[in-house]
Amino acid sequence: MIAIVDYGVGNLFSLKSSFAAIGAEAVVTGEKEVIAAADKVILPGVGAFEDAAKKLRESGLAALLTELAQKGKPIMGICLGMQLLFEESFEFGAHRGLGLLKGSVKPIADVIPADLKTPHIGWNALTFTKADCPLFAYIHEGDYVYFVHSYYACDCQADTVATAEYGAPLTAAVQKGNVCGCQFHPEKSGEVGLKILRAFCEWEGNV
Amino acid sequence: MVTKRIIPCLDVKDGRVVKGVNFKGLSDVSSPVELAKYYSSCGADELVFYDITASAEGRKLFTDILTQTAAQVFIPLTVGGGINSTADFERVLACGADKVSVNSGAIKNPNLIYEAAKLYGSQCVVLSADIKRVGEQWQVFAKGGRENTGMEAIEWIKRCTDLGAGEIVVNSIDTDGVKDGFDLPLLSAVCDAVTIPVIASGGAGCIEDFITLFQTLPKVDAGLAASIFHFGEVAISDLKTTMQQAGIPARI
Repeated sequence: MIAIVDYGVGNLFSLKSSFAAIGAEAVVTGEKEVIAAADKVILPGVGAFEDAAKKLRESGLAALLTELAQKGKPIMGICLGMQLLFEESFEFGAHRGLGLLKGSVKPIADVIPADLKTPHIGWNALTFTKADCPLFAYIHEGDYVYFVHSYYACDCQADTVATAEYGAPLTAAVQKGNVCGCQFHPEKSGEVGLKILRAFCEWEGNV
Repeated sequence: MVTKRIIPCLDVKDGRVVKGVNFKGLSDVSSPVELAKYYSSCGADELVFYDITASAEGRKLFTDILTQTAAQVFIPLTVGGGINSTADFERVLACGADKVSVNSGAIKNPNLIYEAAKLYGSQCVVLSADIKRVGEQWQVFAKGGRENTGMEAIEWIKRCTDLGAGEIVVNSIDTDGVKDGFDLPLLSAVCDAVTIPVIASGGAGCIEDFITLFQTLPKVDAGLAASIFHFGEVAISDLKTTMQQAGIPARI
C-alpha cells in the first residue's frame, strides 16, 4: 500500500486516481500510523515552501518522514514535495527543509535567460543524467513530462537523475538510495507519468 | 525546451458535449469523458471543459463528469464557465480540475483573481478574455461576448496579471468562427504587454493557421480550438507532426 501524505496542501485527487489507473493501492492520509505502515510514501505539494515545511513540522510528519527515510522506506516527493526533501529553500527568505537530500531550492529566474517566462510551465523533455535510475525503467530519454514551477533544486548534482532544458538544465528528478523526487507532475504527464509511478511502485528502494 | 501546447475545448451542457462531434471509433461522441480520453490519446496537451449550463442540476452533472474525467485522464484539466467566487474554484478543484478560468466573474469582481491566486496559487488562475475591436480600440466583452464592458483590453489584461492571473486565454470575437486564422495583431499586442503564458483562441480553420501563429508570434504558448478538432477537420496528431516538421517544438 502507498500512502499519499495529506498535510493540507494541494489537490490529491489526480495523484490518487493515477495509482488506481495502474492498479496500485493508494490512500490519501495524514495519519502517522497509516503512513508508517505503508510500503511506500508519496510526499506531494503545491504552493509555498515556508507554509508547507511549517505544516510538516508542526504535524510531526517531518520527523516521521525523516525516520522512515532512514529506515529505508521508498519515499517520493512530487513538485513542492520534492523541493521539501532538500536542506533549505530561498523562496521568500531562507527556510529549512527536511534535509533528506543535499542541496537547496532557488528561483529559476536566477539561472534562465531574461526572455524566458517564469513559471516554467508546460511539457518539457527529460534528459537523463543517470539513465539507470529505477524510476526510468519504463520510459525513455526525451519523453515529455508536465512542469509547473518557479523554483528549482540546485547544488544537488550528485543525486540528480534527470534534467529539463529551459534556458538552463533544471533539476527534473532526483534519487539517492530510497529517497527520490520529481519536479514535474507524473500524475499530469499522461502515459509517461503513469509509467514513472508504476516504476516507483515496483521499486524496492535499495538501489 | 517547453513545447507549444495544443488545447481542445469542450463545451458541456447538462453533462454532454454540446457541439456535434464526428469521430469514428467513439461509442458515445457526446460523452465528455470518452472525448477527453480520445483527445488525450491523440496527443492533446491539456483540456478545457467549459460549463455552459444554467441550472443547478446541470451544474451537478458537470461536476460529476469532471470527476469521472479527472479519474481517467492524466493531463492538465482547465475548467471554465460560471466561476464567480472562490467557492466555485473550490467546487471544481475538488473534482480534479488543475486550473480554473475566470471571465465574467472577474469582470464583476476583479478581486476574485487576487483571492483565488492567494488561496490556490497563480498557476491555478487563468484569465479568459473575450475581445473585440471597437473603432480604434480592443475592448473586453462579458457574458459570452454579448455585452461590451467598454474596458480597453490590454489594460484589463495587465490589471488581471497584476492581481495574480497565471495564464491568459485571448478569445478574439472578430476571428472566432471565421476559420481564417488567429487574430495575430491582437495576440501580438497581448504578448508585448504580459510575461505570463498566452493562449490563443478563435479563428483556427486548418493546420496552417497554427503554424502561422507560432511562427509569427513565438511568444504565444498555446493554441486553443473547439469545432475544428471535434469535427475532425484538424487531427491533433497531424497538427503535432506538421508543427515538428516546421521546427515548432511539439510533444509527440
